[in-house]
Amino acid sequence: MSSQIEPIIGRYVHVEIGGEMHRIYFEENGSGIPLVCLHTAGADNRQWRYLLADEEFANNFRIIAFDMPFHGKSNPPANWDGEEYQLTTARYTETIRAFCAALNLDKPVVMGCSIGGRIVLNLAIDHSSEFRALIGLEAADFQAPWYDTAWLNRPDVHGGEVCAALVSGLIAPQSPKASREETLWAYKQGGPGVFKGDLYFYRVDGDLRGRVARIDTKVCPLYLLTGEYDFSCTPEDTTRTAASIPGARVTIMEQLGHFPMSENPSQFRTYIAPVLGEILETSTQSRKQGVHA
Amino acid sequence: MTSPPTVSEAAIAEAFAKIPALLEQNLGLIRRGRFLECDCLLGPMDRAFHVSVRAGRIVDLTPAPVLMGSWRFAYRATPQAWSQYWQPVPRPGWHDLLSLTKRGEAVLEGDLHPFMANLQYFKDVLALPRALARVAA
Repeated sequence: MSSQIEPIIGRYVHVEIGGEMHRIYFEENGSGIPLVCLHTAGADNRQWRYLLADEEFANNFRIIAFDMPFHGKSNPPANWDGEEYQLTTARYTETIRAFCAALNLDKPVVMGCSIGGRIVLNLAIDHSSEFRALIGLEAADFQAPWYDTAWLNRPDVHGGEVCAALVSGLIAPQSPKASREETLWAYKQGGPGVFKGDLYFYRVDGDLRGRVARIDTKVCPLYLLTGEYDFSCTPEDTTRTAASIPGARVTIMEQLGHFPMSENPSQFRTYIAPVLGEILETSTQSRKQGVHA
Repeated sequence: MTSPPTVSEAAIAEAFAKIPALLEQNLGLIRRGRFLECDCLLGPMDRAFHVSVRAGRIVDLTPAPVLMGSWRFAYRATPQAWSQYWQPVPRPGWHDLLSLTKRGEAVLEGDLHPFMANLQYFKDVLALPRALARVAA
């Protein structure tokens, strides 16, 4: 029986965020245009392992996925005193920009899912000139809440079980059982209160209604892709958001839910490949013309 | 989006009555609910069932009304919601207990602790009729 070693490499980078040093874990593969991938709330960068290992994409993109602080292998900072974790728009934005700066990335593409999709919109509003293109998966300026997040972290309910059970309904029924279970496993492994703390950004602090109209897609192209089975960020939420952003490109993905890259990687690939192809082509043309895309 | 077909409450009730037997064939699901002891109200809005769960097994399922019957929580949905939820491949927005509450096709009431502490168990138990033939009008 032959063994297989995947091309993905994991390392740590020390990044100052909010005046404190954070040891951030990231994985990468490939070379070319930097493509930074943001995981969903309460999960970690393992959601991107299929994209990271995609040989064709890796030929033209340096694909990078990092664990947010408190997630995956990025521990809480050394000075954390146990206070409740709570992600804010400002902190999330700062984290992404600090990570990109620490790796000295040259106008990266940023692709985020769920809370990652929401923060991509904020990057487009306030920092679009720093990025080559922005991709929001399951992204909207706001969506209606469908459960009380207080259930996510209390001593009489198993946090891992309830987090996974809540989001299990966001996975499309067509998704393969193995990747469904793998997607849920990350939720079962999350630290106490981390999913809830991420949702503070999503539910309370990160309402972008009324702000997205400022996005200029001529400065930085914006792609929004949402799965038809996502009832948290519905296709209607995404199309409503895009309606106020001239030039935003919307794709509704069939047979996919809230976790397209991990719940059904091959189905997701059919939708993301044309987007990455277009970004590559635009970038190549600009380089030939001597313009930094 | 087109409206789902109408279904009879009798067909829904008939499928619901088969859930205890379907559960007995799923030892993994019984094991998942092994710490659950709960009396709850489940089913169609107007013809729900009083359901008694003991150690993950449904030991009693009686159509409402039950004289002075008490329950800790209730999950009730429209006949269309149950019919759609039980399709082998449910349509978007009809595929999860909480997508049904979000769209207003189901109502969750009472003390939600047993429901939330055993959420995947209830999702899977209430999905068991998917194994039956299409629940038709």
